[in-house]
Amino acid sequence: MGDVFLTLQDFMTFTKGVTYLIMVAALCGIGLFWRFLNARDDD
Amino acid sequence: MSDHTAETGKSVFTLFNLVAGIIVVMGLILTFLRFTGGLSTVTNLSDYNPWGIWIGFDLLTGVALAAGGYVTSAAVYIFGMKKYHSAVRPAVLTGFLGYALVVLALNYDVGRPWRLPYPFIMQQGTTSLLFEVAACVALYLSVLFLEYSPAALEWLGLKRARNLAIKLTMALTFFGVILSTLHQSSLGALYLIAPSKLHPLWYSTYLPVYFFVSSIIAGISMVLFESTLSHRYFKDKMSRTYLDEHNPVTLGFGKAASYVLAGYFIIKIIGISVDNNWHLLGTGYGVWFLVELLGFVALPCFLYAVGVREKNLLLIRCTAVWTVLGVVLNRLNVSLIAFNYHLPSTERYVPHWMEVGITLFIVTLGVLAFRFIVTRMPIFYEHPDYEDAH
Repeated sequence: MGDVFLTLQDFMTFTKGVTYLIMVAALCGIGLFWRFLNARDDD
Repeated sequence: MSDHTAETGKSVFTLFNLVAGIIVVMGLILTFLRFTGGLSTVTNLSDYNPWGIWIGFDLLTGVALAAGGYVTSAAVYIFGMKKYHSAVRPAVLTGFLGYALVVLALNYDVGRPWRLPYPFIMQQGTTSLLFEVAACVALYLSVLFLEYSPAALEWLGLKRARNLAIKLTMALTFFGVILSTLHQSSLGALYLIAPSKLHPLWYSTYLPVYFFVSSIIAGISMVLFESTLSHRYFKDKMSRTYLDEHNPVTLGFGKAASYVLAGYFIIKIIGISVDNNWHLLGTGYGVWFLVELLGFVALPCFLYAVGVREKNLLLIRCTAVWTVLGVVLNRLNVSLIAFNYHLPSTERYVPHWMEVGITLFIVTLGVLAFRFIVTRMPIFYEHPDYEDAH
């Protein structure tokens, strides 16, 4: 991850791209976590 | 003087009382030294490190751990979770004592404590974060005092004043949530002024958000921790209702803590991502950051979830203690450990033993005040005159 960014545009494009991917993963992860946490409530 | 109390027949010279007594005497001596000899007599503070353990632990950690008051009040009165009602008074009392001790600790830390009211009466400095923190802490301490006052007024038998205080509950809860949102985040925002001093892994423009979200975690975990200790030492003071609601409160608060920890973990990762600090994770400070993030955020998040899922109350209570330690670690990392990270070790701040002694003295005062109140006032039970009041 030690990329060299020549412009702010490059930096923002890269960091925002990675952040958006993390947020998509987090949304999926939260859904799974919710199911894990509440799985036994239906018993 | 007799070594037995007339009422209970129990010995006054218990281990707890002896240790607490020694700490209080030591604290009074250190207090005398602090206010006669000045800060340099009892602290290792310097121009490089003007904020030490009294700010890092007593204030930042104290305010975070006292968040249980607004979290519990909001859950019960704003979100209507009445099944947690029995947790409100102990949480508000913990919050009130926590904030009172924060203000007490601040008197030790500032050079001229008699000038503490100056933000309100001399010049407001309304663009200063410290002004906002001062205003919110002063107002919220007053709010917590009023929220706690019904218990004291019931104990004193002042029915009209008590009923008046109860009528203010909803307004005080709203006010408390607003004030807490403001100053919990502002304490984190204080460090935004020092991007070159705070290590990049802890420095983030999201610091106010981190401090606010982690205060919710701290508040919930502290309520669980306090209720575990109270259950052990003050069980004879608890009503049937309180005891019956104890386990549901533990499960409910454990689940809430798990969710908030999961959210906190995600925004911490996003913080690394937006600043592109991934490469720093391989350094020494990076490993320490991962210890905090994985060991004291991700791990308790998972343990809380397992505890709630398996209805393992012991696991939830142990996780609460771990989480409280994690919040302490986070605040110390931001204010002391990762602060001035670039300075040579000779210039780094290590607290003087007398600073630690005064911190211990202040915490002990809080424990003694808590014990004094819960053994006399209706905190863990409904006062017989008001049992049908809710």
